[in-house]
Amino acid sequence: MLLKFEKRPVASELMRYISPVLSIAMTLACGFILFGLLGKDPIKAFEIFFINPLKTSYGISELFLKATPLILIATGLSIGFRANVWNIGAEGQFILGAIAATGVAIHFDYHPKLLLLTEMAIAGMLGGMLWAGITAFLRTRFNTNEILVSLMLVYVAQYLAEWFVHGPWKDPDGFGFPQTVLFTENALLPTLFDGLRVNLSLLVALFFLVIAYIFIFKSFSGFKMLVSGYAKAASRYAGFSINSSVWLGLLAGGAMAGIAGMTDVSGPGGQLTAHISNGYGFAAIIVAYVGRLHPVGIFFSGLLMALLYLGGEQAQHYLNLPASIGRVFQGMLLFFLLGLDILVQYRIRYTGFTRKEA
Amino acid sequence: MNTMASSPTPLLELKGMRKVYQTVVANDHIDLCVLPGEIHAVLGENGAGKSTLMKMIYGVTQPTAGKLFWQGQDTNISNPSQARKLGIGMVFQHFSLFETLSVVENVALGLDNPPKLKQLAQDITEISNRYELPIDPFRSVHTLSVGEMQRVEIIRCLLQEPKLLIMDEPTSVLAPSAVRKLFETLRQLAAEGCSILYISHKLDEIQALCHTATVIRSGKVVATCTPANETPQSMARMMIGKDLTAYKHQASIPGETLLKISGMSCASNDPFGIHLNNIHLAVRAGEILGVAGISGNGQKELLYAISGEELVSQSDAIQICGVNVGKMNARGRRQLGLSFVPEERLGRGAVPEMSLQDNALLTMIKPVVVEHGLVQSDKVRAYASACIEKFDVKCNGPQSEAQSLSGGNLQKFIVGREIMQDPKVIVLAQPTWGVDIGAALFIRQTLLELRNKGVAILVISEEIDELFEISDRIVVMADGKLSPTKLTQDTNVEEIGVWMSGLWPETDQPTALAAV
Amino acid sequence: MEQNIVTSILFATIIAGTPLIIVALGQLIAEKAGVLNLGAEGMMAMGAIAGFAVTFHTGNPWLGCFAAMFAGALMSLIFAFLSITLLANQVATGLALAIFGVGLSAFIGKPYESETLAAVPPLRLPYISDIPIIGEALYNQQFIVYVSWALFWGVLWFLYKSRQGLVLRSIGESPAVAHAIGYPVLRYRYLAVLFGGAMAGLGGAFMSMFHTPLWSEGMIAGKGWIAIALVVFATWRPFRVMVGAYLFGGVMIAQLFLQGSGLKIDLPSQVLSALPYLATIVVLVIISRNPLSIRLHSPASLGKPYRPDA
Repeated sequence: MLLKFEKRPVASELMRYISPVLSIAMTLACGFILFGLLGKDPIKAFEIFFINPLKTSYGISELFLKATPLILIATGLSIGFRANVWNIGAEGQFILGAIAATGVAIHFDYHPKLLLLTEMAIAGMLGGMLWAGITAFLRTRFNTNEILVSLMLVYVAQYLAEWFVHGPWKDPDGFGFPQTVLFTENALLPTLFDGLRVNLSLLVALFFLVIAYIFIFKSFSGFKMLVSGYAKAASRYAGFSINSSVWLGLLAGGAMAGIAGMTDVSGPGGQLTAHISNGYGFAAIIVAYVGRLHPVGIFFSGLLMALLYLGGEQAQHYLNLPASIGRVFQGMLLFFLLGLDILVQYRIRYTGFTRKEA
Repeated sequence: MNTMASSPTPLLELKGMRKVYQTVVANDHIDLCVLPGEIHAVLGENGAGKSTLMKMIYGVTQPTAGKLFWQGQDTNISNPSQARKLGIGMVFQHFSLFETLSVVENVALGLDNPPKLKQLAQDITEISNRYELPIDPFRSVHTLSVGEMQRVEIIRCLLQEPKLLIMDEPTSVLAPSAVRKLFETLRQLAAEGCSILYISHKLDEIQALCHTATVIRSGKVVATCTPANETPQSMARMMIGKDLTAYKHQASIPGETLLKISGMSCASNDPFGIHLNNIHLAVRAGEILGVAGISGNGQKELLYAISGEELVSQSDAIQICGVNVGKMNARGRRQLGLSFVPEERLGRGAVPEMSLQDNALLTMIKPVVVEHGLVQSDKVRAYASACIEKFDVKCNGPQSEAQSLSGGNLQKFIVGREIMQDPKVIVLAQPTWGVDIGAALFIRQTLLELRNKGVAILVISEEIDELFEISDRIVVMADGKLSPTKLTQDTNVEEIGVWMSGLWPETDQPTALAAV
Repeated sequence: MEQNIVTSILFATIIAGTPLIIVALGQLIAEKAGVLNLGAEGMMAMGAIAGFAVTFHTGNPWLGCFAAMFAGALMSLIFAFLSITLLANQVATGLALAIFGVGLSAFIGKPYESETLAAVPPLRLPYISDIPIIGEALYNQQFIVYVSWALFWGVLWFLYKSRQGLVLRSIGESPAVAHAIGYPVLRYRYLAVLFGGAMAGLGGAFMSMFHTPLWSEGMIAGKGWIAIALVVFATWRPFRVMVGAYLFGGVMIAQLFLQGSGLKIDLPSQVLSALPYLATIVVLVIISRNPLSIRLHSPASLGKPYRPDA
């Protein structure tokens, strides 16, 4: 081979920070080419996809609105991923959070706003934690792979939501559509600025980002989870419980996904519908990774991912391309990041044709 | 031992072999000459560059410079398959066997054009009879003992009728009786004209077996000699470059029992592991108890039980400073004054990707550095820095990643970290394995000093010599059982060697025969 | 009357189990080499759309099948390059592939959402299909069903009777040792992954071309994941993969039958729909409880990146 990978004596900190940026750049470049291949003017398409959403204050607000659940879920996931706990079922935990919050919203709609919203948030958190807890239980008690269990539970959660909106919680005046009643005003999250849809959930997300930072980098529990993620045997040697890490990792993800689910139903939507599952749980995995499992990185990559979603909608509107092109970009972004990561531990060397030096 | 053929053409000749890995020069201008039918030792301590040299001869790696002559022809061995075709066979130190496959499947994988499995099984049986290496071809490798596994490796090489057999540290996993058997086989092979390259750091074996020895130190050849004309001391001097200093051994009067194991029997969690049977052990303050034995006889399981990485069913089976700890986890036992240096540095004793500072935090009970759930990093850093200084750890400060340190330095850090916890009982597994001689001496001396201060020390080691150097009492572990304990001065290497095969006299040890 | 119901159930079970067999056997080969590719869902989706689109435009289901295999292999090539050559984390890369593959297939498949394909006539094996009860069910199937059986025998022979299969298994157990003996570890792993990808693509094509000749986003509905679980459930043994696939197929069919049978069941339809997924969880729990079985049959190096140093 002409190019060889050579292990660096010390991991490159520079590459650690640059590779997410590089992968974004490469994704954008690919986007450029992709638009061209699809027969659109690349520069115009680029502008429509990536710039349009940011042109108005309404657009920026939508960006933050969309980013919020992604940031929330990714924050929770990052804690688990650092401990090598693969929670792939955040989508299901999101749904359970939405269901729980909806239940509270519908049945306690006479509570004052502050109380109701708090109750809904707690319910959302508990709902997500319950769903993640099933996975944690099966993993710690029966050693069952958490990837597959949490994923299967996503499908179960979708059916569960369907049942609620077709059955007990169906809006009697809803013309038979699978949805609940619209929430009363006191069950809706207050917006932050007049005329813009971004709401309180953004502050909640920022709050949890700070909590996560302290937990991961300053707390002993966070340290213990890190160790169990890096080296199980060292974790046992130190007397740190791997089971605790698994529970904590999954419950953190579940709690955040659950709150995100609550913010979804008590945001602009204002109800639980059969379309509650929108892929945020999976997109958040990418957000967590691109953000290097670091709260600051997650904040920015959440915004980026939201931009890709909005761009997809713009592309559908103005470029006549399916909205799923946004997801294509998301996948590409993660691929590039995963590929560039090798440069943190290895460098490329050109070895040429000769093998022996004098 | 005059079996060398009188042909003047060397079978294998290396001239100026050099291998550079990035900035590390593993081999530098190595010259080597092996005659047909010769048993040629390559002598050097851990890290001297022996394995790298063998990899080049076997074609696993390519030299950066130098020439290799096979039967007088300038040859370039580019891969193991070519090496095998030339007639070079290699028995690896850490066996190249696949545990879930059978013997015959493993042998088939090691051959380039194997016959059908049935025929191959017959061939295997034939060779095994000829050289007295009994093995059942259809057994799964994971059911074999270590000695049997080595036989498979050797038979695999012999099936290709090698002219040169490379053996990499073959006796590190064998009991003395098995070593004698191996030597007989090797002598038979040499008499038939096969040359043997014998890589080792065990001086007495090389003296007993080999015709010639090439001594390697720091990647260079420092001497060639005839072992029969040398003494172990003179060879050691060539290998290390200086005389071994004797240890300062002062007599001590042991105090109370700080670590006690009473009648412990437990099954291993590993399906390929050894079950422990009725273990009795007592280590007193101010003494070093050495546990001899070949790895794979239950040491792993014993250590898991003592350290708290595995819990046992009876809480009073293990006592530390008089407290029942059988069901207590590792952290709890540390709080009682236990420290433990495990066999695996990277991955168990330390997290490779984390800094030395973070690795210090792994086992820190005192001083207390966790307040309200948060870690006080400056205190941890101070601790790590103190450890680095006191124990002469060569690194780039407490922020260096554990995996960037050499084996010896990382071991010094881990030992230091544990000692700085001021333990009452300290347990060490293979404390000087893979460690350069300077660090090994340092560690052993440190242990002696600890013992003089009244710490109870348990050392589990494969190196009988090391145990004889530092222990007050010795016991042998074989097949999950412990032999009677003897004062070091009352026994010798031969007796311990025999006991390592499990052949010790049954004395009046309390026989609480718990079912495993 | 009874006979027909049994036959219908058998028939439907075989159809339901076939994509699982194909995908799971491909996955098995890759895992036996030590590579864990979680992207099956995405590869199936790409295979489904590729097969559908090509068949739609050419009218030739054979070409469609080949296109599907090609698409699946191409997707798996991305995975192979990232995880084998660039040493990326296999779990993360597989997930990325799952997300990307589903997204890309949705994007490509948009224009085909309202189209249908002409039904491909089944291949009826004369005489054998006249055996009562099972004859109709087994031997009046799509060609691809017979392919799945041939695939089973092929995989079995390859793994346990051929030299390359032996080498593959050794690589899965210990790539370092295999390399030291001189085997091209990376090449074997690449080929194993590509095979897995091609099979996943083919399995996906089965869904969109033979099962229901339609394309819709999300039609794979987790079957890729179930196939992965199936390999674990079968403790990496081909025969158990077959058995497991038909069992799962049976569960999927059972809930359809129950829903459509007019029997008065007190369970909401969603519970029945969730049955296959719940069954997967139960089965995984049962099989994970025996560590010895897993240790003896699972490839020891599964999921770990391997770098041969020069």
